[in-house]
Amino acid sequence: MAASNAIVTIQHRSASPAWLLLQRMVRRRVVVLSLLVLSVVIFCAVAGPWIAPYAPQRMDIAHRLAPPSASHWFGSDDFGRDVLTRCIYGARLSLTVGLLVVVVSLVCGTILGVVAGYVRRLDGLLMRVTDALMAFPDILLAIALMASLGASVSDVVIALGTVYTPRVARVARGATLVLRELQFIEAAEALGATDRRVMLVHLLPNLVSPLLVQGTFIFAAAILTEAALSFLGAGVPPTNPTWGNMIASAQQYMQQATWLILAPGLCIVLTVLSLQMVGDGLRDALDPRLRRLT
Amino acid sequence: MTDYVLRRIAGMVVVMFIVTTIVFLISHIIPGDPAAVMLGPDATAADVAALRARLGLDAPLPLQYLDFLRSVAALRLGDSIFLSRSVTQALLERAPLTIQLTLMAAGLATLLGVPIGVLSAVKRGSVVDQVVTAFSMTAASLPSFWIGLTLIEYFAVQWHILPVAGYGPPGAGLLERLRYLVLPAIAVGVPNSALIIRFTRTSMLDVLHEDYVRTARAKGLHPATVIIKHAFRNARTQVLTVIGLTVAGLIGGAIVTETVFALPGVGNLVVSAVLRRDYPVIQGALLVISGVYVLINLGIDLLYAVLDPRVRY
Repeated sequence: MAASNAIVTIQHRSASPAWLLLQRMVRRRVVVLSLLVLSVVIFCAVAGPWIAPYAPQRMDIAHRLAPPSASHWFGSDDFGRDVLTRCIYGARLSLTVGLLVVVVSLVCGTILGVVAGYVRRLDGLLMRVTDALMAFPDILLAIALMASLGASVSDVVIALGTVYTPRVARVARGATLVLRELQFIEAAEALGATDRRVMLVHLLPNLVSPLLVQGTFIFAAAILTEAALSFLGAGVPPTNPTWGNMIASAQQYMQQATWLILAPGLCIVLTVLSLQMVGDGLRDALDPRLRRLT
Repeated sequence: MTDYVLRRIAGMVVVMFIVTTIVFLISHIIPGDPAAVMLGPDATAADVAALRARLGLDAPLPLQYLDFLRSVAALRLGDSIFLSRSVTQALLERAPLTIQLTLMAAGLATLLGVPIGVLSAVKRGSVVDQVVTAFSMTAASLPSFWIGLTLIEYFAVQWHILPVAGYGPPGAGLLERLRYLVLPAIAVGVPNSALIIRFTRTSMLDVLHEDYVRTARAKGLHPATVIIKHAFRNARTQVLTVIGLTVAGLIGGAIVTETVFALPGVGNLVVSAVLRRDYPVIQGALLVISGVYVLINLGIDLLYAVLDPRVRY
């Protein structure tokens, strides 16, 4: 134990924190595997239009409900559309929504959480608001917001961003409450730093690791909830292929064509699972205290 | 104790007040005229004006808000726009099914989660532990609707063990009805067991490191006695907390799964209300479900004192 600690200290002088973090994470094989799966999904999402074998709306009625084959790797759906192509376009949408939800909820949640944790007067009110928001099941709050907002990608992002902001706020507040008792904050306050300066310059950088971990888990949760929204018909319009609405429209052909449900379902499960694994790996790598326990 | 209970109830009232405000805001952020949105593009101007008057939408916003607060405080939830009955009536009709489904799923998630979590903590680092970790991670990544459809495909369509969907013929007995809820309960329960497994495992690991557990072992007690009577008793409160936290997940799962299995429960009511923009129903369901969640978690907080005499309020 002592020897490995010494090595870490020496490396610290030469390597960047991000590189060190990655090194610690890739010690676990599942994390490496998850990063690989995520890279494939991200590559598909980014390069979608160039790598997809067909156009997502191209119908081929002669080959409807065709089983997986060399020309249609994941088979074709009830309109003869290529399932692989639609899964790739679904990845574009899921990842875009997930990423934007992470950004929105991290920004809003961090502001709320840090202010609640540092400015005592506002703590009670802000935390009761997050309690109230968390009293709704994720999917219920999301569909209710969708009923009022509309059906565009940005509406989905606003709805899911609202759902996940309280989670970030909780984490940011908890970390702030611990940090504010530490001496470096007291020192900054003694030197006359304004509240805003303490929060931005001294508190925020110390929140990066817990928020990074939380962000990864929210990414996973947002993809699951977006899929459920699309499945229920309360997500983006059905003309855009998403993993959720592909499963919804495949329901009636389930018995003739299992692949219609299997392919998008596996896309969801593999992506969400990989994100959770990476989140776990991140947490363990960032918090050495936890490694002993688990 | 009384003091603590009163304080908690006061806190609950504040949270429910904010919940009510959020519910009001959700139905008033609709761009344009909510009455027009609800009736769709084919409605005549007269219909829209009539609905606007019926829902009190022609009053100034602060007045509408006060009105809304007043009727919620009096437990009046208004009338559905499409169902020709009051929201309370619609919710009451649908509630038994959703309660049964949620309870079955909660039972399953707990029966699955707690023993598996304990086992994996006791066998920490072993193959069993790794399999359990893999299972809980995967279970947490499964969309309940996808599990539901897969279960229908195998258990109902191919093997004919359980019914495909629905809630039985009219007049069916409770036992017959519960058969229709087995597959939905699995679809909702399995993803929610993941959190319980992980929490049980962590709280057991914390406790297993304590000195008194070592003492119990040193006394030569049977390993099972040590784990169940000594260690688990102390992990119980934390396990209870997480079961309370999964309530939201269970209800959320039920909402989605009722659609998959065509079950006429609250979830189905909410989803069709959302698709038809039946705002009174959406508002009512939001209020009732969040109220139930808040009440359950209050109950759990109060149970701590019963389960753990060291907890003093």
